[in-house]
Amino acid sequence: MSLLEIQDLSLSIHGTTILEKVNLSIEKGQVVAIVGESGSGKSMTSSAVIRLLPEGTVTSGAIWLNDENISEKSEKEMCAVRANEIGMVFQEPMTALNPVETIGAQVMEAIRISEPGLGRAEVRERAELALHRVGLDNQRFPLNTYPHKLSGGQRQRVVIAIAISQNPALLIADEPTTALDVTAQAKIMTLLKKLVDQDKMGLLLISHDLAVVADIADHIVIMKDGQVVEQGPREGFFENMKHEYTKMLFAAAHHKLQQKFVVEETDPVLEIRGLSKDYKIGRKEKLQAVNDVSFTIGRGENIGLVGESGCGKSTLTRCILGLEDFQKGEILIAGQKFNGERRLRRHINVVFQDPYGSFNPRHKVGRLVAEPYYALDDPPNEDEKKQKVVEMLEHVGLSASDIDKYPHEFSGGQRQRIAIARALITEPDIILLDEATSALDVLIRDQILELLARLTSVFGISYLFVSHDLTTVKNITDRVLVMKDGVIVEEGITAEVYQNPRHPYTKALLEASPDITKSKINNKEQLNDNIFQH
Amino acid sequence: MKHLPLSFIVGGILTLTFTLVAILSFIWTPYDVEAINIAGKFAMPGLDHLMGTDHFGRDIFSMVMVGTRNAIAVSLVAVGIGMILGVPLGLWAAGSRMNGGSLIDEILMRGNDLVFAFPSLLMAIMITAVFGPGAINAIIAIGIFNIPVFARMTRGGALSIWTRDYIMAARVAGKGNMRISYEHILPNILNILIVQATIQFSIAIIAEASLSYVGLGTQPPNPSLGRMLNEAQTMIFFAPWLAYFPGGVIVAMVLGLNLMGDGLRDMLDPKLKKRKASDVTA
Amino acid sequence: MAHYILKRLLSLVITLLVATIIIFLIIEVVPGDPAAYMMGLSGSSEAADALRIELGLDKGALERYFSWVGGMLSGDFGISYTYRVPVSQLIGERTLVSVPLTVYALILSTLIAVPVGVISASRRGSIVDTSLMGMAQVGVAIPNFWFAILMVLVFSTSLGWFSAVGFPGWDAGFWPCIKALTIPAVSLALPQAAILARVMRSSVLEVMQEDYIRTARAKGLSRRQALIRHGLRNAMIPVLTILGLQFSFLLAGGIIIESIFSLPGLGRLVFQSIAQRDLIVVKSIVTLLVLAVVLITFLVDLIYVLVDPRLREEGRG
Repeated sequence: MSLLEIQDLSLSIHGTTILEKVNLSIEKGQVVAIVGESGSGKSMTSSAVIRLLPEGTVTSGAIWLNDENISEKSEKEMCAVRANEIGMVFQEPMTALNPVETIGAQVMEAIRISEPGLGRAEVRERAELALHRVGLDNQRFPLNTYPHKLSGGQRQRVVIAIAISQNPALLIADEPTTALDVTAQAKIMTLLKKLVDQDKMGLLLISHDLAVVADIADHIVIMKDGQVVEQGPREGFFENMKHEYTKMLFAAAHHKLQQKFVVEETDPVLEIRGLSKDYKIGRKEKLQAVNDVSFTIGRGENIGLVGESGCGKSTLTRCILGLEDFQKGEILIAGQKFNGERRLRRHINVVFQDPYGSFNPRHKVGRLVAEPYYALDDPPNEDEKKQKVVEMLEHVGLSASDIDKYPHEFSGGQRQRIAIARALITEPDIILLDEATSALDVLIRDQILELLARLTSVFGISYLFVSHDLTTVKNITDRVLVMKDGVIVEEGITAEVYQNPRHPYTKALLEASPDITKSKINNKEQLNDNIFQH
Repeated sequence: MKHLPLSFIVGGILTLTFTLVAILSFIWTPYDVEAINIAGKFAMPGLDHLMGTDHFGRDIFSMVMVGTRNAIAVSLVAVGIGMILGVPLGLWAAGSRMNGGSLIDEILMRGNDLVFAFPSLLMAIMITAVFGPGAINAIIAIGIFNIPVFARMTRGGALSIWTRDYIMAARVAGKGNMRISYEHILPNILNILIVQATIQFSIAIIAEASLSYVGLGTQPPNPSLGRMLNEAQTMIFFAPWLAYFPGGVIVAMVLGLNLMGDGLRDMLDPKLKKRKASDVTA
Repeated sequence: MAHYILKRLLSLVITLLVATIIIFLIIEVVPGDPAAYMMGLSGSSEAADALRIELGLDKGALERYFSWVGGMLSGDFGISYTYRVPVSQLIGERTLVSVPLTVYALILSTLIAVPVGVISASRRGSIVDTSLMGMAQVGVAIPNFWFAILMVLVFSTSLGWFSAVGFPGWDAGFWPCIKALTIPAVSLALPQAAILARVMRSSVLEVMQEDYIRTARAKGLSRRQALIRHGLRNAMIPVLTILGLQFSFLLAGGIIIESIFSLPGLGRLVFQSIAQRDLIVVKSIVTLLVLAVVLITFLVDLIYVLVDPRLREEGRG
């Protein structure tokens, strides 16, 4: 029998069905990936295996681990299973560690639970080994390090160290890299793969992103609405997709829009000249968030601004929106100097990442969409406003009746459409898209990107796509800027930059970014080189 | 609102009852609260006098009715002062902090800490002692200590709202500090302020009772629950009902307000709702 | 860390400075003529004049303020007008009652509240939880002075256990004093314990939702073990703040409780001094109580540093 065998697993919470007859199995040393959108039940499947479920959960079916039906075990026996046979890695590394205890204490605790008989020195040695194996060497990261000193990627390594320190037969990783930057993501994935190979563990990998898991999975399971819609070995999986949903997911994962031809020279709608901004941190230190950045966006042009968290792209965005002062340089909007002046605000607008936080929950859609009119000196009267709002709602694929609804009545994708309507209402020259599609499920993301492309042709608007996601930017922009440590390190026509990156950082980013069309990782040497960096 | 929390129902009924009794006392009480009847002193609770009479033969039930009214009036105005001054201060502090003016925020918040450094009851006693006892000074003394409570709560709530994207969107539309505070921040923290107000109300009732107890609140012959307890203290050994009823009323009133506050919090707290929702989808 | 402590110390000094100014203003400047106030209606004008000189009212307000603060720094709090003894001596005697009472009440309150909060939280929704929290709800609503009156009624009359009022003095030995302080301390502590238990419960519930508890559970710890090993220390952080606030509340609460139980403490002294219009005593005691509150707040800040390593870094706070 397999290492893990899930048979007809059904699960409901307070009477709501979450999972329906899920079947899957994992062999020793095998990586099985469950892929699905939010609400597909993929995380719940993994929670059911380790049995850490919300109150009011009822399950049926069987879960066999090492030829034992663990779904029949008592809670006390399950504690032993968690301690000895299953390790788990979670999505949010920033909060997964106890902030008031050292990383050493947290790893050592895991070892002591798993093997109570070990002596103090032995436990210590084992903890050091575990941390070393995940790439946190004891010189730089001694056992008495506190979690808040570590980056997200490093914390995730500690969580992995906790999991593997108990020598589990099965490792569960629930969206282990979703909260991380691309380079950190690639390293964590490589690390997981290496550990699985070395220890001959089974790995159950949960992800919303087909591209991320395509690299390392041996077996892929596609879930939707609590059911497995398709599963099969990675080898040949994408060539023989049977289910329509799988095909849609696959298509969305390497989305391609109709590319425009190279844009002819037009008058610039946004010009940034030598912009610099620093923050004071502590008494004397300064953080140079944006350092001498210059670029120009022409009418109808789509530009991508790519960088990892902390590169300064958010600060730059806020400066461009006139929300923050800067020390040097200038911003020109419609040819005029802009530093938060109200009369220029009609020319620029923004769509944010989080569709849930973008609207005042107490206002109706009509009022929300009309908000940018505030920047106008001669705003239209209420009737004209309403008419314009309806027009915009229809442009973004919503209906006139939505005007009297509250934001919570809409799904994430619909809300992003409302945000786009709001950004368009004053017919600006340029819209900043600040990670505008990052929080959306792949299929929805696809639809929003298509909508944006259509609106370009209707309104002749320019976009500045600010994103950490190279794949999205690649397919929808004409030019791309790569930012690192406050500096634009590379700029060029998108297709050229992606084909022939000149700056080493761009190269690293591109290598790290998951691509469903790329082949599997098998270069072990390269693996080991990467592991100790970061 | 199909499913009202039990605590809200119980608390609401209690609060409503006392409010109605207080209003009723304006137009009707069983006996005149100032009428002295030495012959009928220390009457046990019974049909004639529901809660008995005191050492002057005054009807306790009538006095409790008016005392309730006084307690509610003092607390209402005191909490009102705290809100009217504290909420704008908190909004101002948060707004200036989010727009680079952390100095104003710092000064306002240190001022707050300063008020917290004074044991509130002690200061109220000192203020009423120096400026003369009476309902007005009691209101001021209790009100002052409500200001920082509301200022701090408003600031905390406002700061978390300020980081939302819809505030960014409003700023992108060119809206200023004041307009954002009033249009976007205030409506979204009103929940927590209402909950806090019910809790502060109950604290004010105890504070008013304490001040009256030490003789610095509402002055005789106007009845007050706290002073009734003080007078009862020397007589509890032979007329314990003098202590039972006013105290019991204070407890019931405060309990009602707290239960209502708890219920409101359960109903209005988006965090709780979200948690319930995430239980299902996570 | 040194930076953090220094910053806290500085804010402590500033708070005290401003507090003394406010107290001085309320007591000596705003009423107009403190001497006339202290004499009340009965005083003759000669007596009032004599008092004016004793208070130094012939000097400017600024000079008076500095000589008052300077005096306090050297331990000289002036002479009580009613008792005609140095205020420092009065305060010294009374502190020996008030501080033990407050500390006693605080310990009782913590000892009751923390277990109740933890038990309630770990059995959320059970009958145990509902009844404990119901009791806490009622406890919060009870004014401590009424509770004290009831305690006197129950213990000294109905049960006749021991005399509920009065204080034998520390010369009578440790246990008799503790016995005399017990009922007052319980009266003070129970309503506070009710508040603290509620805070503790919600803090524990909040912490149990944290991701690191799930990590601990995934290691193989049971719910209970995860709560004890990882939850409690984190849950104590907000509780500490409340404890600090309660200290000042208990100190002030002593004013009434000490009167009810006839305990010769600071609260009773300040209350009597207000009644006798002895402003010299009032302003000194109020200042001392503010000092106590500010020191406790500082202490709480220091404990934070011990509990939470994130505060230990240089330049934070």
